[in-house]
Amino acid sequence: MSETVIDATDLRIWYGTPRGPVRAVDGVSFSVGRGEILGLVGESGCGKSTLGRGLLGLLPEGAKMDGELKFAGDDLLAMSPKERFAHRGRDLAMIFQEPLTRLNPLMRISEHFTETLRVHHPKMSPADVETRSLDVLRLIGIPPSRWRAYPHEFSGGMRQRLMIALALVLRPAFVVADEPTTALDVLVEAQIIKLLHDLRENFETSLLLITHNLGIIAEACDRVAVMYAGKIVEIGDARTVFADPQHPYTRELLRSTITLTTDGLHSIPGAPPDLVSPPSGCHFHPRCPDAMTICPLREPAMLARDGGPVHVGSNDVACWAANPAGLSDADLAPLVREELSVADEA
Amino acid sequence: MPTKPELALDPVLEVEDLKIHFALRGSGFARLLGRDTGTVRAVDGVNLDLERGEVLGLVGESGSGKTTLGRAMLGLVAATSGSIHHRPGDGSPDTDIAALRGKALRQRRTRLQMVFQDPHAALNPSMDIETAVGHPLVIHKRASGDELRARVVSALERVGLVPAEQFLSKYPSDLSGGQKQRAVIARAIILDPEVLIADEPVSMLDMSVRAKILQLMLDLKDDLGLTYVYITHDLATAKFFCDRVAIMYLGKVVEIGPTAEIFAHPRHPYTQALLKAIPDVDPNKAMPRDLPRGEIPDAARPPRGCSFHPRCPLARADCGWEPRDLKALVEEHWTRVPVADYEREHALVGGLADLDHSENRAVVKPHGGTVADLDALFDRIRTENAAEPLWQGVTSITATEDGLVFEFAPAAEVPLRPSGPTEVACVLYPPDPS
Repeated sequence: MSETVIDATDLRIWYGTPRGPVRAVDGVSFSVGRGEILGLVGESGCGKSTLGRGLLGLLPEGAKMDGELKFAGDDLLAMSPKERFAHRGRDLAMIFQEPLTRLNPLMRISEHFTETLRVHHPKMSPADVETRSLDVLRLIGIPPSRWRAYPHEFSGGMRQRLMIALALVLRPAFVVADEPTTALDVLVEAQIIKLLHDLRENFETSLLLITHNLGIIAEACDRVAVMYAGKIVEIGDARTVFADPQHPYTRELLRSTITLTTDGLHSIPGAPPDLVSPPSGCHFHPRCPDAMTICPLREPAMLARDGGPVHVGSNDVACWAANPAGLSDADLAPLVREELSVADEA
Repeated sequence: MPTKPELALDPVLEVEDLKIHFALRGSGFARLLGRDTGTVRAVDGVNLDLERGEVLGLVGESGSGKTTLGRAMLGLVAATSGSIHHRPGDGSPDTDIAALRGKALRQRRTRLQMVFQDPHAALNPSMDIETAVGHPLVIHKRASGDELRARVVSALERVGLVPAEQFLSKYPSDLSGGQKQRAVIARAIILDPEVLIADEPVSMLDMSVRAKILQLMLDLKDDLGLTYVYITHDLATAKFFCDRVAIMYLGKVVEIGPTAEIFAHPRHPYTQALLKAIPDVDPNKAMPRDLPRGEIPDAARPPRGCSFHPRCPLARADCGWEPRDLKALVEEHWTRVPVADYEREHALVGGLADLDHSENRAVVKPHGGTVADLDALFDRIRTENAAEPLWQGVTSITATEDGLVFEFAPAAEVPLRPSGPTEVACVLYPPDPS
């Protein structure tokens, strides 16, 4: 793989609640290469959005983050807030879910772009601002004749294109897109996915695409990270992971997704855990059909599929069943547990 | 027009030529002058039957009118014209729901219930589950005291909220999304209705929970003999869940028929595009490159002819091409040319206001040049993509003293017409000569 843009090691993000700290992101490691699209998939409450915001330093007051987060070799978490601020926008950008709430209804599109460019390039001339913005808008599919329009004059899909253009006008090396198509219709969603997929041709941008929709990951991403209860449980080449999932959660999530080829309903028993007091050992063990005696006792390490150590570009999984080396027969025995009642499932 | 000839037809709801238009408020000044400020045609002439015991899917994008149609079936939205005949299975008299008001309508609604999209918003946060689920019985004075509690417990048990006693005193905030949706369904079935209108019942839920709620709804349908209208934008769940599907676009049904037929042989180009655009979890399936451009148009200014024609890859000359489509084409052309070219061309054609209407003739005046310059510009745009279906709909381009005159072909009527086991509204499926 080519050079690494983002390299996260053992990232943790937690915030305090009256019931105790919520460990929203609990020891996550991954890297994103130049021009690569990494999909981050998981159910609501698994910490995927918190992770995306944490990468940009956009966490709410009271949230804490530690670990190591390198952008082009420099540790962002070791920087002063001022130095980090300088990176945001110029090198690291974000595309949000609801474009209408992110655009100022009183500002023309031209003003949005002028403001964005002027903050980072105070000496840029108005003519340069316009040329540079129109170039990006053109590539994103917005005609230059709409330069002086207001946000309300655009349709939902066009607004999301505007958000993407606003994020890209500063030519950032890394963009986080948090559910960029959730509010859009099927056909427009497909247009936007195609647009994101084609971004690297025009912008050489790396992308972290956060979504709950496995179909979008399969269509748009090079690699995929599957997140459950604050942890990445499986990460690797999207085709490999989808064709041959190693973690039971990935497998069950794929099975429970209703697609055009679905001929039976399948669901995962139970509900995602409360992150104030997550289950012991592997967080998925209470819902896992393959759970073994070892699962609630010790947390499985992230290992490459062949059982070796994780390396750049490897397909990794954190599951005892996938990497059982060194376990005794007693460890491997199926887990004995109480029946789940239907009420817990819903 | 039976779509399931093997079944004895027993429609529980018959929707006939239903139109629901909303007046736009416009500016205060325009209203003062009594000027027409326009109408949004949310539902624009829909005919369909809901057969007893079936699951009918209303599928479409946001703005297609599917939710408005569903709400109208319960009398929650007033119809502008048309009728919705309800034929109850218990022998009570037939009624036109669209004509009912007040108490009679509320009475009728005990037979027809709704499951809402957002379970977090559909339950009153300050009402415990017992009160919320039992509320319909109280409103309609069907039960009280011990009987009320017994019926609430039995409804909760039916939807899988067991042990029910544990849930009675809980508040919505104590429940997960799936549990809330179960409570919403319990409330909908407690009056023993015959029809449930479910508006995106699983779209707010996580993937791993959706299947459970759909399975619950299928079980309830069998146990209680329900009929469903399933409103969704998600074709994948519709394929699994529905017996028949009606594809809606901009207030009209463009295709309706048995689910298996629609998914195996989609006829309308819109249905075909929708099916192709669903992201699939199979990474070996490539993303379609020929997606329809643009978005669903404004229902206050619907396109001429077939509403889908501006986006349709298979459109012909008689689909209803109009000057607005040419405007969109010029704007699209501007996303492909360098900024300097755009500025020159923009100065020549002006703001394109000459093309911003839907008549069959448009005159484009030259602003910073001659008619010949304009002619050359449109010629360039035309040669850029000669296969663009719009040009089939332009019958003539004439240079006159006023400017460049475009004439557009007349638009064909596209009513729903039978085609095999389905009905489809598209010029590509002409009436059967026999």
